[in-house]
Amino acid sequence: MTYRLAPIDTGAFAAERDDTGLTVVGSVVQRSDARGHVTGRTEFFEDVAPPRLAHLKMHRSARHHARIAGVDVTAALAVPGVLRVLTHADVPNNVYTVLKLIGVEPDDEPVLAVDKVRYLGEPVCAVIAETEAAALDGAAAVEVSYEDLPHVLDVEEALEEGAPLVNEYQGQNHFVYEGHHCRRIRFGDVEAAFARADHVFEWRYQSSPIEQAPVETTGCVVVPQADGRLRIHSDTQACFFTLDNTALILGTPFNRLRIVGGTVGGGFGGKVDVVVEPIACVAAMAVDRPVKFVYDRAEEMQVSSPRAAERIVIKDAVMDDGRVTGRKVTLYVDAGAYARHSPYGTTKAAAHLPGPYSIPNVWADCHCVFTNRTPSSAMRGFGVTIADFALESQMDRIARALGMDPLRLRLINAYRDGDVKAHRKIAEGTALVEVIQKAAELAGHDLPEDCRRMSSTTREGL
Amino acid sequence: MAKLRGRGFASVNYPTGMNLGGDPSQALIHATTTGTFVVSLSSVDLGQGIKTIAAQCAAETLGLPMGNVLVDTADTDTGPHCMGTFASRGSHRVGNAVIMAAAEARGVMLEVAAEELEVDAADLETDGSGYIMVRGAQDKRVHVTDLAMAAHFKHGRTISGRGVYLKEPSVPVPETGEMDPDSCQAHACTVAVVEVDDETGVVEVLELFNAYEVGRALNPAMATQQVEGGAWMGVSHALFETTEPYYPLRDHGPRDFSAYLMPGPADIPSQHSVILERPAANGPYGAKGIGEMTANAPIPAIANAIFDACGVRLTSMPFTPESVLRGLDALRMEEPC
Repeated sequence: MTYRLAPIDTGAFAAERDDTGLTVVGSVVQRSDARGHVTGRTEFFEDVAPPRLAHLKMHRSARHHARIAGVDVTAALAVPGVLRVLTHADVPNNVYTVLKLIGVEPDDEPVLAVDKVRYLGEPVCAVIAETEAAALDGAAAVEVSYEDLPHVLDVEEALEEGAPLVNEYQGQNHFVYEGHHCRRIRFGDVEAAFARADHVFEWRYQSSPIEQAPVETTGCVVVPQADGRLRIHSDTQACFFTLDNTALILGTPFNRLRIVGGTVGGGFGGKVDVVVEPIACVAAMAVDRPVKFVYDRAEEMQVSSPRAAERIVIKDAVMDDGRVTGRKVTLYVDAGAYARHSPYGTTKAAAHLPGPYSIPNVWADCHCVFTNRTPSSAMRGFGVTIADFALESQMDRIARALGMDPLRLRLINAYRDGDVKAHRKIAEGTALVEVIQKAAELAGHDLPEDCRRMSSTTREGL
Repeated sequence: MAKLRGRGFASVNYPTGMNLGGDPSQALIHATTTGTFVVSLSSVDLGQGIKTIAAQCAAETLGLPMGNVLVDTADTDTGPHCMGTFASRGSHRVGNAVIMAAAEARGVMLEVAAEELEVDAADLETDGSGYIMVRGAQDKRVHVTDLAMAAHFKHGRTISGRGVYLKEPSVPVPETGEMDPDSCQAHACTVAVVEVDDETGVVEVLELFNAYEVGRALNPAMATQQVEGGAWMGVSHALFETTEPYYPLRDHGPRDFSAYLMPGPADIPSQHSVILERPAANGPYGAKGIGEMTANAPIPAIANAIFDACGVRLTSMPFTPESVLRGLDALRMEEPC
């Protein structure tokens, strides 16, 4: 067996490395699930096929923002094979928020819509049927009448006075951080830095929502047990997190539930929301049969929570020699209609600022904004990926404006051991200087001698 | 009309662990009478390889071969608590919990071996072969298969251990944002080489040069897969992906993979990667965790390379052919007639 291997540069940080006596760590061993995945023998949750399995499909909102005037399930119930249609009244604790487990409030999202829908695709009714086809037909036969409400889709428009209120549970179109309208970073004095700077650069960046796009879509199979417990086969990324949230929504003791999972066909953050298990459990109890609820590809693309769109404005104070002496960042995270994990991701974004650089004056306002779109949530690089796009584009533009080598600009400003970060933690274990030097060497980019002598552990060259 | 070549740079860092901590994971480990150590977890393997990493950490700490370790995970009736697979926390949190559990089990294993061999436990060592032997007297030894059997039937001992890792939660100061968000930071620098077709606006990423500092590459092949697979996602984010192509409007959202585009085999750049290791004091064998960060640096590196190639500064993701062409048009408008 041969493997593609990036070489390890054992010369870097040689004094801190100690491989003595290691027999397994640092060696290539075959990934334990690789053979099963490529031969098709791996069992995923959908390979569970209990007898009398029923299927669940959602009837979803056709509006961005509307009052629900009426829901008529008569035609759905008349579809052959349909067993039951669930509405919000069937869900014991219908309004929830997943991060209540770490103390985040308020509960702001209904499992099934109550009197309003707040985004296109929001679940309204759950149809349980003998077959997937009957469940789809039943879901299509549900009739919902709407009274349209004005909607808002842009983060800055949502924060304007008089904008339509997206989420009454939140009470305003942004998450409130301990009495503040955003997560703040205040370190040094950026305004003084701008006043003293040789140059001030301000630019704006934007991203659009991105789908996690796992091969296996989000789903679960719930199997009622003889002892009254529910066994939930799930592709969740977090078994106990899903168990705890599901029990809270069901209003049952935690030990009534059992999650079986752990083998997942890709997640990338898209499977940390708890969106299929609670309603599938309600359904399984309602019909006293195993129930499967799995997103189709269109649901995965348009209804499951994507990576948030972000808007980022960066204003920098820069000296002629390339030192960035102040950085002011305004970030808008488009959370969509409900909080999910976005309050957490916005704080994580704040903690990442001002990037891997030692900047003595930093000011950041990071807004978690509600709009009438599919709720965004976690994705690989949560709070960081889009910020890095903005921060590193900014560094490139500064280097060009100053006529400076872009790597030299980064090396001058790179954080080093002992530097105090904007969130006031002292940096340790830093290695930005060394990866820049190594990438330059790999790509054949000549760095001058003083840059090659720099180090994360010394002030050499500063 | 021409294909314009450019080069761009980006350097980044990435935090390990749930932001602000408070995200424990546990591991339990016990030997069956076959001499196999079962590591019980409730951690989830999304394909990133946590089962393999947990087994490697257990085998290394026990001093036994990989073949003597099984990982049994993600049944909440039988596995101890894990906060979940997110925030680049698996290798760090679960790895540390497994090492703690395996160290306790190793202590018992050596005590039982000492009884079996009638020596002092402090004089015993392992070499990863499956034998526990007296230091300096290598023929005085017992194989773990025989030892596990003897532990149960002869000595009445369980060979087991418990582990947990918790970074205590930090609460941010609301006024200033003072906080302790992470356990460690990994680092990367990417150089992208692109070609921009100024007639079609199509950007092709030709080459990526990646330097990653990861603390410790617990499994160098899997670390390479993360670096280069994540770079693919970065290319995809940069050039192709969005669920809302007319954001903030919601029109024309893709509903399948024929409308939601990603790089195919012909779009994959040639990659040159190198790994650096600056072991983290709190990491399992120094590892930091690079599960998430590998998609990040390629995106701005590509944006900067596009500017280098054709002078168009793209500030909205993704960098579609339309946005490149509109940028080129705007540049031509600026040029004096």
